[in-house]
Amino acid sequence: MNEHIKPPAAPRTLPRESATFDAYTMSEIRRAAATGIYDIRGAGAKRKVPHFDDLLFLGASMSRYPLEGYRERCGTDVVLGTRFAKKPIHLKIPITIAGMSFGSLSGPAKEALGRGATAMGTSTTTGDGGMTQEERGHSQTLVYQYLPSRYGMNPDDIRKADAIEVVVGQGAKPGGGGMLLGQKISPRVAKMRTLPEGIDQRSACRHPDWTGPDDLEIKIEELREITDWEKPIYVKVGAARPYYDTALSVKAGADVIVVDGMQGGTAATQEVFIENVGIPTLAAVRQAVKALQDLGMHRKVQLIVSGGIRNGADVAKALALGADAVAIGTAALVALGDNDPQWESEYEALGTRAGAYDDWHEGRDPAGITTQDPELMKRLDPVRAGRRLANYLAVMTLEAQTIARACGKSHVHNLEPEDLVALTIEAAAMAQVPLAGTNWVPGQDGRF
Amino acid sequence: MNAGTQTHAVDLARSSVRELNATLHALKEGSNASLWRVANPGGLHAIAAGLDAPVTVEVDGPVGYYCGGMNKQATILIRGSAGVGVAENMMSGLVQVEGDASQAAGATAHGGALIIGGNAAARCGISMKGIDIVVKGSVGHMSAFMAQAGTLTVFGDAGEALGDSIYEARLYVRGSVTSLGADCIEKEMRDEHKAQLFERFKLAGVDGEIDPSEFKRYGSARQLYHFHVDNASAY
Amino acid sequence: MCGIVGLFLKDKSLEPKLGEMLSQMLEVMTDRGPDSAGFAVYGASEPGRVKLTLRAPEGYDFAALKETLGGDAQLTERETHAVLSVPEASVDGVKAKIAAIAPEVTVVGAGASMELYKEVGLPRDVAGRFKLAQMSGSHGIGHTRMATESAVTTNGAHPFSTGDDQCLVHNGSLSNHRGVRRELERQGVTVKTDNDSEVAAGYLTWRMREGRSLGEALEDSLDDLDGFYTFVVGTETGFGVLRDPIACKPAVMAETDEYVAFGSEYRALAGLPGIENARVWEPEPAKVYFWDRAAA
Repeated sequence: MNEHIKPPAAPRTLPRESATFDAYTMSEIRRAAATGIYDIRGAGAKRKVPHFDDLLFLGASMSRYPLEGYRERCGTDVVLGTRFAKKPIHLKIPITIAGMSFGSLSGPAKEALGRGATAMGTSTTTGDGGMTQEERGHSQTLVYQYLPSRYGMNPDDIRKADAIEVVVGQGAKPGGGGMLLGQKISPRVAKMRTLPEGIDQRSACRHPDWTGPDDLEIKIEELREITDWEKPIYVKVGAARPYYDTALSVKAGADVIVVDGMQGGTAATQEVFIENVGIPTLAAVRQAVKALQDLGMHRKVQLIVSGGIRNGADVAKALALGADAVAIGTAALVALGDNDPQWESEYEALGTRAGAYDDWHEGRDPAGITTQDPELMKRLDPVRAGRRLANYLAVMTLEAQTIARACGKSHVHNLEPEDLVALTIEAAAMAQVPLAGTNWVPGQDGRF
Repeated sequence: MNAGTQTHAVDLARSSVRELNATLHALKEGSNASLWRVANPGGLHAIAAGLDAPVTVEVDGPVGYYCGGMNKQATILIRGSAGVGVAENMMSGLVQVEGDASQAAGATAHGGALIIGGNAAARCGISMKGIDIVVKGSVGHMSAFMAQAGTLTVFGDAGEALGDSIYEARLYVRGSVTSLGADCIEKEMRDEHKAQLFERFKLAGVDGEIDPSEFKRYGSARQLYHFHVDNASAY
Repeated sequence: MCGIVGLFLKDKSLEPKLGEMLSQMLEVMTDRGPDSAGFAVYGASEPGRVKLTLRAPEGYDFAALKETLGGDAQLTERETHAVLSVPEASVDGVKAKIAAIAPEVTVVGAGASMELYKEVGLPRDVAGRFKLAQMSGSHGIGHTRMATESAVTTNGAHPFSTGDDQCLVHNGSLSNHRGVRRELERQGVTVKTDNDSEVAAGYLTWRMREGRSLGEALEDSLDDLDGFYTFVVGTETGFGVLRDPIACKPAVMAETDEYVAFGSEYRALAGLPGIENARVWEPEPAKVYFWDRAAA
């Protein structure tokens, strides 16, 4: 009988996926092999990088005294552009709306950003594609971006702007230009950009008429001449070598410097660029502040930090590390309704899901924000969306004040690096604050 | 200029570019035509930048970067050479350079006319968006890079990579072209193009002196308008 | 990132005014480079003698050094710098002795006619300290620096000497200088600072040591140096100009019967005599320009 009993099968190991060739990586190889085109997408770096989450505040107790919430004042106002401009910008909160183009965003989305920001007394920013009436009309304070492509750039709009932001780079793609696919070059977008309708538009990575800080200085002088030295001039850089870029922006004559970390979004760029070029926001702040301090310009030339700012704690941490204000882009779009679960079935039809949708360049955004499709655009009510943004900005501000009061500060700008500790060695090194419970600041004497 | 034109003299050895520009910016549309003679420019930057009035500015000597930048309406004559980005982002009006122009002449300009008596260096007409540029001499490499609209007319030669990644601008060159950039091709010169070229000669005041049929026309092959892997080497 | 100037006189009668012309050109380029400035002047030479330009900390007693060195040496002091003229045969010995007994002294340049000065500060102040306006010579080059990725120090200031009577100034930013630096180290060429421009200077020194002429060495740099650059180089008998193939960094040249001049911007040339009638042009990318006294 024994010959009829099957021997027990040898135990098999479980199926094991490669950490190197994980499911996403293999899907990307198959996609590349099938299409012959690199993956283009919107948003910023999605990989996990050290961030503000890895920092904690030391609240007041015996050695420091906290302020009473709601009753004792904790100021949040900020003035930008005090160095040379005759008309600096006064904002009620230290949270601004980052540059996002009309073209990448719909007209109503730009209007909603203007409404929300204006309700909270802060600024919005144009993008690569010119200034729209929706945006100017609904933004009390509007920063006009001056980009390599100069799409829609004209002196009338420069004079209508409250500040000019010379864009050298952005965190998602320091050193790169953008790409807006044909689906979004609608007749109106094409006209504003002087492009044929429906083409895949490529943006330049360098400015056409200057290269380097010595020539930027002359460009800034021209912009000041054109605007009779009234408007603050910002210089925006993607975080890569923030110490040098900040110092050189100061030397070139900037009033305000914007440093955008790698989590900062873009409308459309190669995935490989977004995930592999640039440094995290956390690693950029102290370098930029150090450059300002070394030049004696901290607080004289203001610093705006962006890239992955999500809540009042992030705001407070950026300010504590030495920034004067922050800018939000992706978070503002989420507040308007981007990636909202109410459109889940439509996201699934696009092969993605709410929360993961990043094909902003394709113009099929179910939320009606990153699109030029007239039907989809109707889904965004600019008044209601503007209200949502205002609410969100108010919450972030209250959160930052809560933390500042707990640290005994009557103004959020009085937060200091010494109010912070780090949870990880990486964050301690990047933010130049001690590892929690120790006095150890890794890499303190290192060079940038 | 008629007899009623008011003439003003400004000496940049004695007053600043800031003072000159502030005065010129204060002139609004509808103000009387006026002629401004500017002496001793000495290569200074941003001379007559950001004008928005139908005035004439004659600059007696070489200018630095961005002369006539973002010009609207004004006529600016430069009796000398011009630095980087002359008439950059001009919207309307006329900028005329008697000598040579440095790189990025007429960059990103939307309208008006730029006439260069001598040569223009690299990147002449880069990202141009509707301006008409006439260069009586030659232009340097990467001229009309990403040129979107308008015309670039060159009486002499063009350097390497003319019209790289060009969109809908039209290029007319009489002399040799060292090389054409990605997606830029020679195109047939039809009567409408000869007529357009003749209009450019008029702008430059040489109509009747040059034969349009001596020129070749270049424009976009429109192969890069939509990304395709077979064109990857051109990106 | 910087401003550079160069002046090569064809008319000998202008030689007493070389320094005056060069210092005016240098000062105009302050906006492009407020951090530091420097210049090399090719002045009178004496047959059989070599001029060593020395630099030392403020207040250094050069006269005492000369006494200690002994031998046949002539000293001209200018603030933190001094020119020590010694017989050609004793140059190596003098250099070795300085290195041994005076480590705080740097030999910044050597040659029959070249003198080289550089210091941190505004170009006007630097030119004033060394009394550039009173120097005479046949040609000279100068530089104003806006430091990019290396420190604002005297060592980081230009010009960089590339060999006897040879020096270089640079505007731009090299993108592969770390790799070139490692190759130079293997070849025994020392680059002392973090500065990318010194790497360019060292590269030319190395190419010429390998038997290439300066013009050929500049041609080689088109293959081996990546990034954006405009170089102006000086030699005993002339000066040369080279721009990278993309040529984003500015350059203007002017020529008359009396001189050839180089400036990052026209402004630098605006004060030169007879400039209104000069031939003014922009040097082409990737083309080596050279003016040589011997050939002139």
